[in-house]
Amino acid sequence: MTRAKPEDDEYWNSSKFKAFTFDDEDDEFSQLKESKRAVNSILVDEDEDEDDVERVSWSGEPVGSISWSVKETASSIRSGSEQSFPKIDTTPSLSKQGSGYSLSSLFKGNLHDLSPEETVRRMQKGRPFSLEKFRSLQDKLLLLDEAVAVYDGNVITAVSQILFRELMARDVALRHYVHYLKEMGEQKLLLMHYKEHLNIKDEGRRRDFLKSCLSLPFSQDDATHVQDHYTLLERQIIIEASDKKADAEIFKKFPRKASILNMPIITTLYYSCFYHYGESEGTFSSPSNIRKTFRISEKQYILTALGARAKLKSWFDVDSLFNTKNWLGYTKKKSPIGFHRVVDILHKNSAPVQVLQEYVNLIDDPDLKLSGALKYKCHDVVINTYRDLKDRQQLIVYREKLERDSPEYRKIQELLNNVQIRWKN
Amino acid sequence: MSTIQTEAAVYSAVQSVVGSLHMAHTEWKDAPGLPDFSLLKRLARDQLIFLLEQLPGKKDLFIDADLMSPLDRIANVTILKQHEVDKLYKVELKPIVSSSDQLCFLIRPRIQTVKWISDLVNADKVAGRFRRYKIIFTPQKFYACETVLEEQGVYGDVTTDEWNFYILPLDDDILSLELPEFFRDNFLEGDQRWVTTAGSALRLLQSVYGSFSKVYGIGRCAKMVYESWRELMEDGEQRTRQPEFAKVFLVDRDVDFVTPLCSQVVYEGLVDDLFRIKCGSVEFGPDVTSSDKSIKVMLNSQDKVFSEIRNEHFSNVFGFLSQKAKNLQTAYDKRRGMDIQQMKAFVADELKGLKQEHRLLSLHIGASESMMKKKTKQDFQELLKTEHSLLEGFEIRECITYIEEHINRQVSMIDSLRLLCLLSITENGLLSKDYRSLKAQYLQSYGIEHLLTFANLRQLGLLEEQQAGETLTVMESKVGKLVNDKTVGKLTDAFSSLAKKSNFRALSKRLALVPKSGEEYDLRVPRDMAYVFSGAYIPLSCKLIEQVLERDGWTGMEEVTRMLNGQEFAVTGGSSSSEARSKTDAQRIVLVMFLGGCTFSEISALRFLGKERGCRFIVVTTAITNSSRLLEALLDNSA
Repeated sequence: MTRAKPEDDEYWNSSKFKAFTFDDEDDEFSQLKESKRAVNSILVDEDEDEDDVERVSWSGEPVGSISWSVKETASSIRSGSEQSFPKIDTTPSLSKQGSGYSLSSLFKGNLHDLSPEETVRRMQKGRPFSLEKFRSLQDKLLLLDEAVAVYDGNVITAVSQILFRELMARDVALRHYVHYLKEMGEQKLLLMHYKEHLNIKDEGRRRDFLKSCLSLPFSQDDATHVQDHYTLLERQIIIEASDKKADAEIFKKFPRKASILNMPIITTLYYSCFYHYGESEGTFSSPSNIRKTFRISEKQYILTALGARAKLKSWFDVDSLFNTKNWLGYTKKKSPIGFHRVVDILHKNSAPVQVLQEYVNLIDDPDLKLSGALKYKCHDVVINTYRDLKDRQQLIVYREKLERDSPEYRKIQELLNNVQIRWKN
Repeated sequence: MSTIQTEAAVYSAVQSVVGSLHMAHTEWKDAPGLPDFSLLKRLARDQLIFLLEQLPGKKDLFIDADLMSPLDRIANVTILKQHEVDKLYKVELKPIVSSSDQLCFLIRPRIQTVKWISDLVNADKVAGRFRRYKIIFTPQKFYACETVLEEQGVYGDVTTDEWNFYILPLDDDILSLELPEFFRDNFLEGDQRWVTTAGSALRLLQSVYGSFSKVYGIGRCAKMVYESWRELMEDGEQRTRQPEFAKVFLVDRDVDFVTPLCSQVVYEGLVDDLFRIKCGSVEFGPDVTSSDKSIKVMLNSQDKVFSEIRNEHFSNVFGFLSQKAKNLQTAYDKRRGMDIQQMKAFVADELKGLKQEHRLLSLHIGASESMMKKKTKQDFQELLKTEHSLLEGFEIRECITYIEEHINRQVSMIDSLRLLCLLSITENGLLSKDYRSLKAQYLQSYGIEHLLTFANLRQLGLLEEQQAGETLTVMESKVGKLVNDKTVGKLTDAFSSLAKKSNFRALSKRLALVPKSGEEYDLRVPRDMAYVFSGAYIPLSCKLIEQVLERDGWTGMEEVTRMLNGQEFAVTGGSSSSEARSKTDAQRIVLVMFLGGCTFSEISALRFLGKERGCRFIVVTTAITNSSRLLEALLDNSA
């Protein structure tokens, strides 16, 4: 079937699945590309109508006469069939013995005389009914119980509505009820209140609303987040006001595409790494201030700063992110995220091969390193790796992919001619 | 009460047509044939026409946006025009521009829409304009909607009606209620308004296609739907016809959340994940069509190329398409060396079909190519590896690191959430410190307003923080190794009373959902339903169906149902003559109803199971779902 990439070997070997990859160097994918070429190269007259594809549609037959469907019929009558629809017998509590359809009730002209059960049944079937009879609270509750018992949400809502109206008419009761609701589902209710901020368009008013939320008894965990939300918007408003009229070089070179208001924390950090890199911690817009205020992890910070600085092609800044000096003053590169991920991000921001090569070399895992080097065409890394593996065959294969007489090509040539190396194949 | 009569009329009409349209097939060698569901379309169309004729004269028709595609599948503009519909508008909840004297609204029963209509009517009143208004609710009206009309003072000005368009057949074996909101309303909001709708859909099926011999189900909603269906049948007419399917299985979506959260790798599922199949049709953009325009294609059994690859694991699709391309070339090549007569015959008999196939082939090759590109970009391989590890309960720390990086890089908000939920369900909740840290990072990356999303996910049990007591699980599993099964059962009982848990790991073990490590899985020759997830996992929902059908009930599965929080049932139908026809085809057709949505992967798995067991499954679902739709329904990050 498919050929697994070296980096996947461990996974595929240790796992029960046959290798299946979505890699674009995949054999089957090239096979697919070929098929596409083949299909597209088949020459046919393109004169036919474009509707063919639509015509395949799975549609019904043409409209029939509608007369048969509108035939005069009596309203549904129960047939005398002896077959009854079985109940779930494991749950006797669900079954209600004796249908409310007593014969006498059919002859009753007065809707006000119907039992709760019959009333609910009538409601379910859309027949005339009256709720007037259910005046006492107890009657109303009986009605509600009946509606709940038949699982008809439509009827439950309707009956709840009349109950609620009663409640509305009694201010004291309503207050008690609201308080009860609050106590029951306080956290969810608090969050619903907090959600209101989304309906406020004006950022100043939104900020003030969030501020008013700070005193609410959120759970400790959520309180921190709501506090962060307020702080974030407050800072965004300050940054936005100043950046809107900013005339620094960076804003001219890369005009802002959108306002920073209401963006997530990480987007704000990215923005700050893009436009305000190197500012002192004292300013609200500086990356270090944002990092500290919102307790952003080192890993998250590096990822975001890397993305922003790579986008600007500031390779020097990228280097400084990873440089660490030891006590002897030597610089060494360290990263809280895997260097293969770093390479990935650099590549997505079209870093030049020299930059990529340096970081590919830093990848710890030899398999990941080789596959990274192959993917990003870091010839030197590939050649050195094969040389170190004493893999002559792979070098020969790789040479064929290179341009004749390019420096890389010549490098392989020299290696292959080197009699000092003891090849393994 | 015209609606009642309408409905009754439709049912009695069914009786008269059924005789003629009824399946003529009597002999089946292997898999039984399926009932003809196009009848349902015809019924819906005829009732709509009847309702339109209730408002004679020219009228403008306003249609709810999410009803447009379903309507398209059963009627077309010509039919509407024939019944004096002048202009068609989409409901946008904005002021309208219409010069018609009659306005007809075809809508879902939603308060917001009814309020909008009331505002229109009141605005007309203020302007001194007289019009007739009619609201057609589908599939049914709710009292709450009528109350709105009453409260807004327009009750008498607006007439209302019901269009009982309960079921849209999407394909030979897929029936949809097209109610995506069923999921959130029922499972998150606890609103049972759609229970009767589902019951009515079953009643409709029973009225048209006959009775059943056995009903199985699991889930709170499933139970309520069954009861509602029973009530409806007891009250209505009974038919004593030869049934066209005999077994029914009802299942709640919250019985199995793992399956819809997994990345789909079967062709149809993958197309749905990436391009979103809407009402059986997909729009392929320029990247697929290799031109500057998009093409809408119906994806169903009528598409000869699609029907052969829809259930295949994606890795098999290339080979198939390549072979097809070669065959096509050969077929075209036949033209060479033909004389005039032969050429004439070729053009008349074969060319059209070949061109059709050619076009479909190009589209599916284009789609596959585009899917490959998208999936490579998103590091799909790593994503799948993480999902498989979570399902297997293997290298969980590495998975958490991967998810964390996924969140940190701010890539797909939905995918991050999906992985978090998978982690939580498979691990019975997250350790407190992991939960807090991942939640904090998620809010930092995607916006603090997702606090509400997290509250929703918690409420549904999709993403939870382990409670202190739950560390007992570790002890439970340790003790489990030391004592016998019976004791374990008792222990499990005691422990599960502590908290509602997903119990995925235990269920997976008991039902063998995750095949043993170290075994080759040849995706070309699938040996079980696990192939729909690359051999890594058998969908829990489908496994339950398989087991219950095999045992003809829940006997012997007590531990499983206990871990699923009970609510299972099995009832035998009343038709006493069922013995006599127990060997007919109908006995081998099983209707499975998913309450809260069903994925294409599950449908593929059931098709596979059907082939294995010589039976056919018909899927009835409240809507087609996938991980994105499921999670998007639970987001609460916008006004």
